[in-house]
Amino acid sequence: MKSHVWRPLFVVIGIVAAILLFRAFYVPDNFGSGEYGFMYSFHNKDNDEVWKQQPLKYRDTGKQKMHEYCGECHGGEVEIRTEDLHGTIPCENCHGPALDHPENPELLAIDRSRDLCLRCHTLLPYTTSERKRIPGIDPKEHNVDEFCVDCHNPHNPRLEDM
Amino acid sequence: MKRRDFMKKTIVVIAGASVPLSALDLIDPKEVLAANPEIHWAFLIDTYKCVGCGFCVKACKTENDIPFEANVSRTWVERYVYTKDDRRYVDSPQAAQYGFTEAKIDLGEHFGFQEIDPDNVGKAFFVPKLCNHCETPPCTQVCPVGATYKTDDGVVLVDRSWCIGCGYCIMACPFGARFFHPTEHVADKCTFCYHRITKGLETACVNACPFSARKMCNIRDINDPVTKIILNERVGVLKDEFGTRPQAFYIGLASEVR
Repeated sequence: MKSHVWRPLFVVIGIVAAILLFRAFYVPDNFGSGEYGFMYSFHNKDNDEVWKQQPLKYRDTGKQKMHEYCGECHGGEVEIRTEDLHGTIPCENCHGPALDHPENPELLAIDRSRDLCLRCHTLLPYTTSERKRIPGIDPKEHNVDEFCVDCHNPHNPRLEDM
Repeated sequence: MKRRDFMKKTIVVIAGASVPLSALDLIDPKEVLAANPEIHWAFLIDTYKCVGCGFCVKACKTENDIPFEANVSRTWVERYVYTKDDRRYVDSPQAAQYGFTEAKIDLGEHFGFQEIDPDNVGKAFFVPKLCNHCETPPCTQVCPVGATYKTDDGVVLVDRSWCIGCGYCIMACPFGARFFHPTEHVADKCTFCYHRITKGLETACVNACPFSARKMCNIRDINDPVTKIILNERVGVLKDEFGTRPQAFYIGLASEVR
């Protein structure tokens, strides 16, 4: 066959070789594939560690571990709280993320706003949802401009104990 | 040397030379275990238990530094309302980061709100959503620079130092789980709180959920109670037909939930 037929092939081979050569120098050594192969997991292997080192903000491990972190110092309170109606709510949902408490911050910023209570206690007419089991109010009618915590005790929300 | 001997020896030499050095190494069991980890993270969402409080979204945004002002979120809660005159409404106002404090449906920026007569509500429920951490994730497949990837324990992550912000992965995700991070200027997504689960803690959203609507497990540990639920009870995944094999399993799906 004549050379003009072969020449484009050599050009293509040359381009591919050039790309592979460039790639060999350009891609850092710590790149590689994991269990999921080149298609799904070709990446910088050091980056897993970067994500593992992100700082923790929420320290309480919730109901499953019985408020381990908060219980270390506030054990008495934690024990009472887990008994009452709001006992399933993790401490940090209202008291804010613990971060490095008690060193930093020394005091947590407690969210006492109406909006926080209204997340669950807005009356929504959804009889098929689990929401129906939670007592709800109409925020536009029920003591507007007052804080819920002025009348209701979030740690013992039973109306008969008010 | 006869021609026959010459051919034989040539074949032996070529065969010997073509064995790679790595094939002669003894296999270290530790290395094999490291390459095939016994951990594979999966998520279970019980939609029957969700009340739409949005504490999960708040905890996620706080834990992972996603700005509350920006209308993006790694996880969000959707509200589905079916009326008795057979209309269906779905909304997720600001990803439900402040919960659902209004009965009216948020139809979006240009359409305002839809009031629904409480007597007309047939059924309604809430569905929390997050990245499904698919087994064959289309988002990592399309990344042109190798910045997003699946870890060996099954979590899809983004390398922030390597991402060029082209947005292919955001387009490729069938679940809309990815977004452009407003301050980091890279693609961002749920990491299953990789810094927490690798330390033995629950993710921020699982931790914050007062009703245990969200759960996490190692799906390779068949003694894990949550794994048992996934194995033994009727669970479904979103958009099965896309073939991405999601690892977030749902109890109580409806055909409108996609």
